[in-house]
Amino acid sequence: MPEMISRRAFLKGSAAAACTVAASGLTAAASTSPSGQQLCTLLDISKCVACEACVDACQEVNADKYPQPQKPFPKMYPSRVPVADWSEKQDVRDRLTPYNWLYIQTADVEVDGEAIEVNIPRRCMHCVNPPCVKLCPWGSARQLKSGISVIDPDICLGGSKCKAVCPWHIPERQTGVGLYLDILPSLAGNGVMYKCDRCYNRIAEGELPACIEACPEDVQQIGPRDEMIAKAHALAKEIDGYIYGETENGGTNTIYVSPVPFEAINKASEYGKGRPPLKQAADSMASANNIVAAMAIAPIAGVAFAAGKLFKQTQKNA
Amino acid sequence: MTTAATISKPDPGRRYLYLFTMFFLALSGFGQMPIFKRYYIADIPGLGWLAKFYITHYIHYLGAIILLALCTYYITEYFMFNIKKRKLTFSGYFNTAVIFGLIISGLLLVIKNFANYHYPNSLIIFLDLCHISLVMLLLGYGLYSLISKKRWTTPR
Repeated sequence: MPEMISRRAFLKGSAAAACTVAASGLTAAASTSPSGQQLCTLLDISKCVACEACVDACQEVNADKYPQPQKPFPKMYPSRVPVADWSEKQDVRDRLTPYNWLYIQTADVEVDGEAIEVNIPRRCMHCVNPPCVKLCPWGSARQLKSGISVIDPDICLGGSKCKAVCPWHIPERQTGVGLYLDILPSLAGNGVMYKCDRCYNRIAEGELPACIEACPEDVQQIGPRDEMIAKAHALAKEIDGYIYGETENGGTNTIYVSPVPFEAINKASEYGKGRPPLKQAADSMASANNIVAAMAIAPIAGVAFAAGKLFKQTQKNA
Repeated sequence: MTTAATISKPDPGRRYLYLFTMFFLALSGFGQMPIFKRYYIADIPGLGWLAKFYITHYIHYLGAIILLALCTYYITEYFMFNIKKRKLTFSGYFNTAVIFGLIISGLLLVIKNFANYHYPNSLIIFLDLCHISLVMLLLGYGLYSLISKKRWTTPR
């Protein structure tokens, strides 16, 4: 069994939410930690041997969530609208696709003259304040109280804004499936966006995410975010390692601890579509959220200007 | 004190500020949907920013700040200077109600964008639809008002 913060407590805390999820499916508050915090995963990548047991488990457990597109696809207008079809390439495992929500990134890193192979399970980071959810123009992406970001395939129109605003461009589109087919298939929408939902339904039923349960090396742990961060720091101190995910994009619920610097991993890895780098990522939502204080001040300013006008008028008429 | 002194005259500068603000609010608001790139509008020189979601998001917030200040200014000014001299027309009530609805739904969406605010997605969809429907109503009625020269207030 994977090492984790009080699995019994974790499962106990999940039981109540399990009842809810049974009743309301996707709408479940779905399993916050017993302390009410978001659930966070900690990945000790020094343990990962790239066996891909997690990838197999993810595909097996989530197969019924994968898209089943209708073909032929509706003709898109204008013609620049790209068709994204992964239905004939469902066996692709070396990148993120609508049929592969987790892949293993491998890098041969040289540190102080020593060659080290690092393997990193890559999937959605499940940000603390996820821009994919917050900026979805249609409400099809949402965040559960557990911190899990989920895209509802019954509502998503496949506009891919979630991918554009994600610092890691994680969600992947499949054309020919979803609600857009029933609205204006040629003129609006383009399928459904897919990504890791961290097995929210299994968590709500008191089970572990498939990737964690299947891992023979206990690479991942799951627990309340504060505890996972404390563990990450302890582990980093122990192995003289490096942490990624604690502060990126304002904080995520996926914390990697690596024995080698992430800059070195980035230099040694191949990146491209569906293979995001572990880059520095500023808090995407911060710039707009930071000016909200001005929204509170704006009405006061409006009243003050009007009062100033009254004062000037009174002075003039005196 | 004369009557003329107590009635606040419409200020063209503020009127243009209101129209300018509403124009950019509507443009940046529609920019929240991935449509400007798809339909080549962002390809028009000078409009590339319409396809950049974080920029349109930020501009929408800036517009909302100016709109909030303008609204409270106009309301306060109306009660301080004009309430005894002028009354709201149907257009005035209609526009005020629609803008009020836009502000409330917008503020709820702003709150949603902070960390640890988890709205049910039925509420998010309701707020999104409400916000876009109200702005369409405001734009449509604004066009009608422009053509038929409807005013917000009229002398009592």
